[in-house]
Amino acid sequence: MNPLPRHDEGKLAPLLLEKIGELADLPMRLMEVCGTHTVAIFRSGIRSLLPQGVELISGPGCPVCVTPAGEIDRAITLARRDGVILATFGDLMRVPGSSSSLQQERASGADIRIVLSPLDALQMAQDHPERAVCFFAVGFETTSPAIAAAVQEAKRKGLANFYLLSSQRIIPPAIRALLSGGRVKIDGFILPGHVSVIIGRAPYLLISEEFGLPGVITGFEPLDILEGIYMLLRQREEGRTSIEIQYSRAVKEEGNQHALAILNAVFTPVDARWRGLGTIPKSGLVLREGFSALDAAQAFDLPYEEVEDPPGCLCGEVLQGIHRPPDCALFGTRCTPEDPIGPCMVSSEGSCAAYYKYGRGDEGK
Amino acid sequence: MKDKRILLSHGAGGKLSHDLVQEFFLPSFDNDLLRALDDSAVIPVESSRIAFTTDAYVVKPLFFPGGDIGRLAICGTVNDLAMAGARPLGLSASFILEEGLPIKDLERILASMKGAAQEAGVKVVAGDTKVVEHGAAEGIFITTAGVGQIPDNVKIGSAQAKPGDAIIVSGPLGDHEIAVLMARGEFALQGEVESDCAPLNGLVEAMLKVCPDIHCLRDPTRGGLATVLWEIAASSKIGVVIDEGQVPIREQVRAVCDLLGFDPYYLANEGKLVAFVPEGESDTVLKAMQKQPLGKESAVIGKVTAKNPGKVLLHTPIGGHRLLEPLSGEQFPRIC
Repeated sequence: MNPLPRHDEGKLAPLLLEKIGELADLPMRLMEVCGTHTVAIFRSGIRSLLPQGVELISGPGCPVCVTPAGEIDRAITLARRDGVILATFGDLMRVPGSSSSLQQERASGADIRIVLSPLDALQMAQDHPERAVCFFAVGFETTSPAIAAAVQEAKRKGLANFYLLSSQRIIPPAIRALLSGGRVKIDGFILPGHVSVIIGRAPYLLISEEFGLPGVITGFEPLDILEGIYMLLRQREEGRTSIEIQYSRAVKEEGNQHALAILNAVFTPVDARWRGLGTIPKSGLVLREGFSALDAAQAFDLPYEEVEDPPGCLCGEVLQGIHRPPDCALFGTRCTPEDPIGPCMVSSEGSCAAYYKYGRGDEGK
Repeated sequence: MKDKRILLSHGAGGKLSHDLVQEFFLPSFDNDLLRALDDSAVIPVESSRIAFTTDAYVVKPLFFPGGDIGRLAICGTVNDLAMAGARPLGLSASFILEEGLPIKDLERILASMKGAAQEAGVKVVAGDTKVVEHGAAEGIFITTAGVGQIPDNVKIGSAQAKPGDAIIVSGPLGDHEIAVLMARGEFALQGEVESDCAPLNGLVEAMLKVCPDIHCLRDPTRGGLATVLWEIAASSKIGVVIDEGQVPIREQVRAVCDLLGFDPYYLANEGKLVAFVPEGESDTVLKAMQKQPLGKESAVIGKVTAKNPGKVLLHTPIGGHRLLEPLSGEQFPRIC
């Protein structure tokens, strides 16, 4: 995974930081869209190294954080049904719905199991033919092809007890919504490496073509991120705005066509609700007609009910980069990782959790 | 009794209970103090202070690469004594057995406890067994307690860290938690990581021999290195600075952490220690540790500062820094 031995990081980082410093004469606000970047930036201490003018703000790229409470409620309703096993990714366990969480439901006796891959849920369905195994499909383009493959496999095997509760979203429409909203000033984007492995470069062209801003598809090692930041500053210096690929060892211009073909064969885009961003056109993925028998929302008749955000919680604004986590009155007082109120404090990739865990204070600077 | 299972009658106090003790428990732990079978073991003590500790062990699965619940139950309690600088004098072991537990599993666990006790050079001097109905436990739960005597010149404690102290770990972190996680099979992860589960009293004795003035000793079990450092920083009212590039972590452990979104500093260890050693003596202690089989991969990872009391600061390989906070709740694997 790591392209360089760790001792080389220490030698190369100062060189990149020096080049960044030379170009940072004017302030530049950069949004890292992806939660994995947020955590990598905090873990490696990049914030403590950047020149003052370069400001990093966290975006909406944490799948757990943008899942509305109403969709958590729907999963909880499903998990309470007799005969159901709800299979879920781990970081959804603690996310509060309107009155409970999957973790609390599991403690009350619901059969909720953590999986790492949708294929684990598929195996579960084969192992328990007498139970209905429902996979709570939350995620972005990174995870959707694997979920699509599991759906195809379930259909091929004629599994009658495997269902999908789809809460999947796609990234580029959210970026457009964010920029169209005009509530946050962004000078450039650190674009998500993993998502881009699947979708390639083209879906981001809206950033440069519609909004005249630069973007760099960036990897997750500390040196990748520093180089991505440098490439954004260099575009400004040279008066260019384009979408470049820093993470070229993993991301191809056209993405992964095979994965995209599977994704498109199984799912179709629909308007979807995002926590904090509202309903965004064509930003969610649901099963195509040929697979609708596997749709848990239909099979178990699970209507969607809107849930108000908890009073005082700024997760919506935090996800758009309008506010920083410490701006929220609940941050670190009533809302902590042990007892979270908003979803950004729950996921390990949520920006509130990252600020809480790594970023309080600037000691030793 | 090869294919037999534990029955509720094994816990009823009658002939079957007696047989279970005579046939399995006594031969495993046989020693003069236990053989008396009195209500209490009586242990002679030479020093003026004793250390006393207890721990309950539950683990799923019962057997994992590098160990099992029995080895864990001996090593965990021996290590808690050793972290006080105490030489273990004797342990007790209480067993809660689930009806239906295969006797051969019990035998295997007892053999492993015997082996661990021999490695540690400690006697199990008292014990008890209860049997509960099927479903009321997960195979076997073990509680061990231990007493040890503390040499008069040793004064180890979480509040004893001083500015300038060197911080040493005895080897790579996170092996135990990752080994158990993989053995659980829930995440379809496979790998060759083995639990580090081992008794550390020998290593501690070698350290105290060259430096009786060690300030703090802790074994980073649940909550990991981060939690131990944070607790010492708070108790001693000092700051801790860790050089991330010096913290030993195996490549496989790091890879699993990357995949699951775990932070290795929060992973549990069962055969590692963290030592806070006076400034001038870190080389001597490090060398003594590296000569021990359980300390070969020891490394100095940081130092104590007067600045930032109560805080743990991590210097990253690229020259940045961040705070290390204690673990909150449990780590859940992330989505992508």
